[in-house]
Amino acid sequence: MITFDRVTVRYTEDRPPPLRDVTLTVEEGELCLVAGRTGAGKSTLLRAINGLVPHFTGGTLYGSVTVDGRDTRRHPPRDLADVVGVVGQDPLSGFVTDTVEEELAYGMEQLSLPPAAMRKRVEETLDLLGIAELRDRPLRTLSGGQQQRVAIGAVLTSHPRVLVLDEPTSALDPTAAEDVLAAVTRLVHDLGVTVVLAEHRLERVMQYADRLLYLPGDGRVVDGPPAVVLAGVELAPPLVELGRLAGWDPLPLSVRDARRRAAELRGRLGEGAPPAPASAPESTTVLSARKIVVRYPGTVAVAGVDLDLQVGQVVALMGRNGSGKSSLLWAVQGSGPRHGGAVTVTGAAGAVDPKSLPAHQARRQVGLVPQTPGDLLYLETVDGECHQADQETGAAAGTCRALLDQLTPGLPGDQHPRDLSEGQRLALALAVQLTAAPPVVLLDEPTRGLDYLAKRQFVALVRGLADSGRGVVVATHDVELVAALADRVIVLADGEIVADGSTAEVMLASPAFAPQVAKVLAPAPWLTVDQVAATLVAEREPA
Amino acid sequence: MTDAPADRPATLDRWSARWSAWRLPRGLHPGAWWLWALGLATAASHTTNPLGLTLLVAVAALVVVRRRGHAPWALAFRMYVWLGVVIVAMRVVFRIVFGGGQGGHVLVRLPEIPLPEWATGIRLLGPVAAEQVLGGFYDGLRLATMLICLGAANALANPKRLLKAVPGALYAVGTAVVVALSVAPQLVESVLRVRRARRLRGASGRGTRAFRGVALPVLADALDRSLALAAAMDSRGYGRTEAVPAGQRAVTGTLVLGGLLGVCAGTYGLLDTVGPGYLGLPLLLAGLATAVGGMLLAGRRVRRSRYRPDRWQLAELLVAGCGVVTAGLMMLAGTADPELLYPPVSPPTWPELTPLLLLAVAVAAVPAWLAPPPTPVPKDHI
Repeated sequence: MITFDRVTVRYTEDRPPPLRDVTLTVEEGELCLVAGRTGAGKSTLLRAINGLVPHFTGGTLYGSVTVDGRDTRRHPPRDLADVVGVVGQDPLSGFVTDTVEEELAYGMEQLSLPPAAMRKRVEETLDLLGIAELRDRPLRTLSGGQQQRVAIGAVLTSHPRVLVLDEPTSALDPTAAEDVLAAVTRLVHDLGVTVVLAEHRLERVMQYADRLLYLPGDGRVVDGPPAVVLAGVELAPPLVELGRLAGWDPLPLSVRDARRRAAELRGRLGEGAPPAPASAPESTTVLSARKIVVRYPGTVAVAGVDLDLQVGQVVALMGRNGSGKSSLLWAVQGSGPRHGGAVTVTGAAGAVDPKSLPAHQARRQVGLVPQTPGDLLYLETVDGECHQADQETGAAAGTCRALLDQLTPGLPGDQHPRDLSEGQRLALALAVQLTAAPPVVLLDEPTRGLDYLAKRQFVALVRGLADSGRGVVVATHDVELVAALADRVIVLADGEIVADGSTAEVMLASPAFAPQVAKVLAPAPWLTVDQVAATLVAEREPA
Repeated sequence: MTDAPADRPATLDRWSARWSAWRLPRGLHPGAWWLWALGLATAASHTTNPLGLTLLVAVAALVVVRRRGHAPWALAFRMYVWLGVVIVAMRVVFRIVFGGGQGGHVLVRLPEIPLPEWATGIRLLGPVAAEQVLGGFYDGLRLATMLICLGAANALANPKRLLKAVPGALYAVGTAVVVALSVAPQLVESVLRVRRARRLRGASGRGTRAFRGVALPVLADALDRSLALAAAMDSRGYGRTEAVPAGQRAVTGTLVLGGLLGVCAGTYGLLDTVGPGYLGLPLLLAGLATAVGGMLLAGRRVRRSRYRPDRWQLAELLVAGCGVVTAGLMMLAGTADPELLYPPVSPPTWPELTPLLLLAVAVAAVPAWLAPPPTPVPKDHI
């Protein structure tokens, strides 16, 4: 269906090519997963399939890409629209019209299908993806998972043979991601659509994949069955790491696979429990929020939430999209609306409410890194941002740069912040906020777009912040991240707290929030591969 | 075959069936609402009678309330009414400030601000006469009514659907306008988001640095989004055209451009009384014909179909007709009783209605019942 023949893509002469001499074939009806580190060339590979590379992006493509017998050299993307459907990372920015039904019809109008056929296909697609009740809704009012399904539907109506999806679940909560993936697997199984899908969170998709294209970052593409390819990859989802630790071959790709083989491992671990996290002996409350209320026209985003944070504690805030996580963080920081309740931050300067302070003093109490960290940055170079941060806060020159070097060493100072990778940009924004030395740090959805390595660095970084005496709150959907990072988990739903307790308590109590390791080893209370590894090592040593 | 008593119910049934088919909820063709609203606006422009104007506003409001859908733009009518109120207030205030002081019924004497020699003819403040205020009020009310009529069209018909009805040759222009319209709210959203983020860094939100801090991320954001949109449109087949030989492309381009030039020159000739006669109407018509021909030729290249196009049916014809009839009746009323449609402000007289004016307003209100009701609100909207 898709053939890459000795393909090399080069954007500029002075940078190494993202794809080098790639030859591969994707057969009809395959679900093909593309994985690799950020910037390894996943998007380039995906966009080469329908000719956006190089017709739209520029650059030079050597070799040839053929889709359904059509060579992308002679067919620009618009001529391949009836064969390849592409859904980008942010579905909202790809929408052309403003209601669901019109969006579904848009592609067909371009292909000039007869109106009767269009009408029929729109209805079929609405049913296929389970979005029939959304047909008249304005696209902007949909939730993230709904938008993603509409975007998939909008390309499906043209009946493409190939569907290309770029990180379809990265911004979604676990349930919405399940919905989208269920729709995708249904397309593969019922309609025989060939799907090529890039994703950072392999744990969500690898069980559905027929094969894996892994991009190590040097221009090569490693191609093979997921279990085989993942065995040679340095950073992998927890399930694969657990499989490696236990020496399972082939590696498990689904919780079911792993669980069927885990009896022996469970026996080795025995009745033991993971070491209780070393809780800070002197539990000083650094942040105390009482009865926080945030209202928006027509809804109550946060309905009287209490939040306490100890020194050295990392609290994870979880809940589906729109459950009030961001509103709560912004209300606590004081920059967002707050219609009720009180916040007290006990820092070096005594107890204060950040809302009562002007903005430049409030950030000395609570530092917030927003969902898009790039919003905080506006200068041309990394050094410029660091210098500006020092000036804004009156810190000694070089404070911000020193913090940044602690977080990610060796970031070139003359680089433009927009050219940084997601992880580097997050680190820079965090360093800028830490320059004001706030005792409380709030992070809103920080791991979006981070690969496993960057996520591991991020965990170490946040633990470091907590150990240096700060209180950290992280709002996130990422179950595996929370398992590795948090001391306490708070689950929000419709602006109210539905669960609040230690990470193990909350995560083991419900399957929706359980990390993969916990699902495999249940009922034993293990959360992460690191815990299991530590215990196994400890057992071996005395023996 | 059948006798009269049996036949009559059958006819009645057929008519009632037609009536209920007519009453099926659907969105009316946007062009019909716009024609109706333009008719009302034209009618409003032909009178300063406050009673007539108020009745027209009331009628526009009635139709909007009865026939608007549940979409976001349907709520815009209130905004237009407020805008109308502001216009009336502004007109009155301007008349008071730059009064001129005509009229004998002085309401209040404000201190006059003396102006230098070169500004003779302009007077600031001074005595305020009832005539002056009334004149401003009538003028403002007329303008406000016209605006509210257009606001009614905006609330009743999706302006974007109107763009969908443009001919094939203008399709690309229509798409560009639609995309531009959807960019505006996104831009507002990202300005708000970035300004909020700037506060996190302790920015005061004033001065050139603050402006830069907001403008750069917003522009970068907008650029990213438009690139993503362009990529999405390209990969979904936007701009698929049949292969056109270069010669034909040149011909259509020349025709459209030349025609538009002709239209410009013709309009100029028509308005300019000095120029030779052939520069006027003939050139305008020739230019128009050339441009339309070029567009038709270009339109044949565009291969695309329309999903659920708005059809022009009897209801559309009647609604648009109501607008046209309203405008016509008002003009007729103007020729019949000019002093009643333009009630004199000096001396102030109590405005009166004429039968023709009342009839015009009544016709304007008919679409409130004649037009099919809007599609019902989906449950999850409530």
